[in-house]
Amino acid sequence: MLFPRFRHGLTLLPLALLGGCDMVVMDPSGDIAAQQADLIIVSTLLMLIVIVPVIFLTFFFAWRYRKNNKTATYDPEWDHSTKLELVIWGVPLLIIIALGLVTWISTHKLDPYRPLDRIDADQPLAMDHEPLTVEVVSLDWKWLFIYPEQGVASVNELVTPVDVPIRFHITSSFTMNSFYIPALAGQIYAMGGMQTTLNAVINEPGVYDGFSANYSGAGFSDMRFKYHGVSDDKFQAWVDEVKQQGSTLDRSEYLELAKPSSAEPVSYYSTVAPDLYHAILNRCVVEEKMCMDQMITPDHPN
Amino acid sequence: MQDKTDLTSLIFGRLSLESIPYHEPILVVTFIVAALAGLAVAGFITYKKFWGTLWRDWITSIDHKKIGIMYIILAFIMLLRGFSDAMMMRLQQAIAFGGSEGYLPPEHYDQLFTVHGVIMIFFVAMPLIVGIMNYVVPLQLGTRDVAFPFLNNFSFWMTAAGAGLTMVSLFIGEYGKTGWLAFPPLSGIEGSPGVGVDYYIWSLQIAGVGTLLSGVNFTVTIIKNRAPGMTLMKMPIFTWTALCTNILIVAAFPILTVVLAMLSMDRMLGTHFFTNDMGGNMMMYVNLIWIWGHPEVYILILPAFGVFSEVVATFSGKRLFGYTSMVYATIVITLLSYLVWLHHFFTMGAGASVNSFFGITTMIISIPTGAKLFNWLFTMYRGRIRFELPMMWTVSFMVTFTIGGMTGVLLAVPPADFVLHNSLFLVAHFHNVIIGGVLFGMFAAINYWYPKAFGYKLDEYWGKWSFWLWNVGFYAAFMPLYVLGLMGVTRRMNHFDDASLQIWFVIAAVGALLIFGGIIASIIQFVVSYRRRDQLRDLSGDIWNGRTLEWSTSSPPPQYNFAFTPVVYDNDAWTDMKKQQFERQRDGFLPIHMPKNTASGFVLAMLSAVCGFGLIWHMWPLVGLSFVALIAGVIIHTFNYNRDYHIPAEDVTRIEDERSQLLDRYA
Amino acid sequence: MTTNATDANSMLPSSHFYVREHHPESGTLLGFWLYLMSDCLLFAGLFATYAVLGNSYAGGPTGADIFELPLVAVNTGFLLISSITYGFAMLQMQLKQVNGTLFWLAITGLLGAAFIGLELYEFAHLIHEGYGPQRSGFLTAFFSLVGTHGLHVSVGIIWLAVLMVQVKRYGLTTENGRRLMCLSMFWHFLDVVWIGVFTFVYLMGVL
Repeated sequence: MLFPRFRHGLTLLPLALLGGCDMVVMDPSGDIAAQQADLIIVSTLLMLIVIVPVIFLTFFFAWRYRKNNKTATYDPEWDHSTKLELVIWGVPLLIIIALGLVTWISTHKLDPYRPLDRIDADQPLAMDHEPLTVEVVSLDWKWLFIYPEQGVASVNELVTPVDVPIRFHITSSFTMNSFYIPALAGQIYAMGGMQTTLNAVINEPGVYDGFSANYSGAGFSDMRFKYHGVSDDKFQAWVDEVKQQGSTLDRSEYLELAKPSSAEPVSYYSTVAPDLYHAILNRCVVEEKMCMDQMITPDHPN
Repeated sequence: MQDKTDLTSLIFGRLSLESIPYHEPILVVTFIVAALAGLAVAGFITYKKFWGTLWRDWITSIDHKKIGIMYIILAFIMLLRGFSDAMMMRLQQAIAFGGSEGYLPPEHYDQLFTVHGVIMIFFVAMPLIVGIMNYVVPLQLGTRDVAFPFLNNFSFWMTAAGAGLTMVSLFIGEYGKTGWLAFPPLSGIEGSPGVGVDYYIWSLQIAGVGTLLSGVNFTVTIIKNRAPGMTLMKMPIFTWTALCTNILIVAAFPILTVVLAMLSMDRMLGTHFFTNDMGGNMMMYVNLIWIWGHPEVYILILPAFGVFSEVVATFSGKRLFGYTSMVYATIVITLLSYLVWLHHFFTMGAGASVNSFFGITTMIISIPTGAKLFNWLFTMYRGRIRFELPMMWTVSFMVTFTIGGMTGVLLAVPPADFVLHNSLFLVAHFHNVIIGGVLFGMFAAINYWYPKAFGYKLDEYWGKWSFWLWNVGFYAAFMPLYVLGLMGVTRRMNHFDDASLQIWFVIAAVGALLIFGGIIASIIQFVVSYRRRDQLRDLSGDIWNGRTLEWSTSSPPPQYNFAFTPVVYDNDAWTDMKKQQFERQRDGFLPIHMPKNTASGFVLAMLSAVCGFGLIWHMWPLVGLSFVALIAGVIIHTFNYNRDYHIPAEDVTRIEDERSQLLDRYA
Repeated sequence: MTTNATDANSMLPSSHFYVREHHPESGTLLGFWLYLMSDCLLFAGLFATYAVLGNSYAGGPTGADIFELPLVAVNTGFLLISSITYGFAMLQMQLKQVNGTLFWLAITGLLGAAFIGLELYEFAHLIHEGYGPQRSGFLTAFFSLVGTHGLHVSVGIIWLAVLMVQVKRYGLTTENGRRLMCLSMFWHFLDVVWIGVFTFVYLMGVL
């Protein structure tokens, strides 16, 4: 929304005030997160229009109308002014209308379900582009990433190419977690038996922190992973490495993995059972259980 | 042998010696200290032969003034517990970096953040506001007591029972490890098989009954028991906010009751309300709990707004600016508070249109809230402001709450929330508004009405120490959390890898220490004030040159509040009486019809607590017996038709004469 | 309740600032109605849950499979008629007829008991078939909504019995009259909730 240089300039202002601490939320590396950072700045500025005068007036009135200041007018019966009321209700109303418009537009634009329409401010994207799909499963207490197109999977390590749109399909094995990589995009909940979607893109190569942003039990504090944004070549090299080193992720291996454990080291799977994610999502990894999507319309007489 | 084990498990359920955490040194030490303190208090009461008075004049009292004081005492005791939890968390988060696991076992830490939230909301903030409303509302209305005095006593003891059950979890069993709202599936029987979540459920169900009945009680009192001439638009602004608060309580708490009941059914009966499989839906829980949860925070803040309105007007020596506007703003906030609940879970994936709707409604609430702030400002404008402690707390509130409100509106923008949800930024926001709004409001209220309740002012020196320590401490403890949130740090972590974060946590811990100093200063303030009470004495009953009817009574007021009910002609009824140069009634007193004290409330609440304990530990015979006793107790109570008496006219005359003489001597 | 001592005092004029006697109106009926509205919200929560979980059959039976409308119609009849008989009881109360009041209260209680009995039979039957509340989200929601209503009716019956004893012992005093009014509100409210249950759960489940 704002010109990149201006945005960087504005972002640097609070940074300057807080000399050198790394506020990833305000200076992220993914386009979605960057737009969200802009939104924080714009909203704050809009609100400061009211906040600054209010705080100033609080201190000013408290000082000026203190009991000992006999020079100030004392008007004990004055308790009403229609004009003032109009301003008091009207100005915040106008600001909220502005903020409301910003909210409506930005919420639709930055909807995690919405396919990306740009790589960054300078590079638009066709709406029918093919994103890189990553299936994310939150387990107790680690993250499983399945790459259906590449046929591999990894635990507690996510790698994607830079400037390539990614579509995350997210679910959970049990507890509710929240899939969050601050440098990349906003978070979205991971819930059992349900799928959420996050569309995002990383614009700068680097190593970023990812974690669960919703407390899910004993191993929560260790439920962290590293997210690597890399060039296309490096991504392909990583996929090859996984194919070489990894073991097989079939149903029984998944059930082992799903058992509670924390601080899991990074591990790789070179092959993934083709219907595994579908089974995880529909809660029928255990063979005898009926998949949820088959339970919806039971075949009953009557 | 087999029979004995079966009998033992029948009687004791899943309770065993292993349930007592004697392996945990922190808990053992806490228990020893608590037990010693308890023994000391009990010994002191015995020494002063105070047990009889305690039972007759306090435990069985149906006097709204006594009940109000008991609520506030309960709140302060629970504040000490809830704050200790906070201090322990701050300490853990300040040291657990780069490989260090800190000093707290993780399962202890996870209980801490859960119970800290529950205690602060349910057993500190709620009792504070309910206690203040209890004390003040009938006096402001010019009436003798609330509409249902027995129910009032029962409500208090149910709240205390819930608090007690929560405290018991410290020494028998454990508390939940789920966060203060206990989302399933983590809080379901599979995610939390122990007793922790059951302690959570049953203590809140018991306290919730008390709160709901209080809501009914005060709504009826305000609608029916006003003094003649006091139309709704002539009520003090605090009673307006109290009315809206209690309507919110009646409308919101049944949802809490039903959702906790559903969770307990999932846990105990294997139903599928919120399970992942078999057709349950955990999103239903999140929706229902927040449909309660959002009105709850307005329940907390509206009375504080009312207090500030009274304080600003009184200490500026001026009428409240825009009374009508304030009333409508309060009503609008009350109604709108029902339309915003989804903003607590924008990240649950409801889609852009739903998210935008709730984001916008959330922002709309800031308009009447802002209007109130401006009205306070313009009450100060052209006033003559006296900076007594209540006014100091109010000015600090106006600045602090504004900042908190701003971050709240920021979080109301869904895409912004996507990066800040569940982060320390969120934690900073809600502490900002609850401490800066609710707690500062209650400190203002306590300093303001304490002289009315006890007949002497609170010591100013220690009050100022408390004020400054709380303010500096609050900012030091929570401003770093905003920064940490922007650095991408999420909440409820018990250790960290990134050492660059540590400095902020250390500052926050220092802030918490300062707040602790503020709490100590408050306690000292109470003690010193008591010792200096003769110097701090208020003989007039109107120490602040107040504007509303409570200031027309003596300090403390007589048991019956008003010998004759005042007639009201205008807002600020007491100021109006003073302006009209009223004459105090000196004779012609009549016998006064008063309700009798009762033990039923206390007994029924204790039976509820026992029943709750039995449910938690699966002690089914105990549950059966206590439940039957409860029903029997209620039925027996209804057979008591002899619930009131009259204070003889001579007694009233004597009390009023004493006051007349005092006023003549010192006026 | 005044004593003789007040007679002399009642000769005093009341001042501009005070009234001598101020008895606020009884708030019992308003208070009970407010409580009832909170109960209404409790049922609203259960209805909402039923709306959300009502189609989650988890491969088990649907409403059409298990609801027996004739049985439910009989039950509805019991409850609706019991509201009418309670109305008769209130009319008798206004005519100050203790025995008449007790008679119609008894009929009401019996009809309520019949309702509960049939409902327990329905539940037992379903559980016996393996369609208890643990079978699916739909059945959880069904049992909890209908069961909570049944619990309320049961409490109402106990309350009714206690009131019958109190009316017999102390007569139709003002206090007992107030209590009968409260129970009246409670009983009719449960009737209204049942109409909601009957419509949204049973009828719409089958149609």
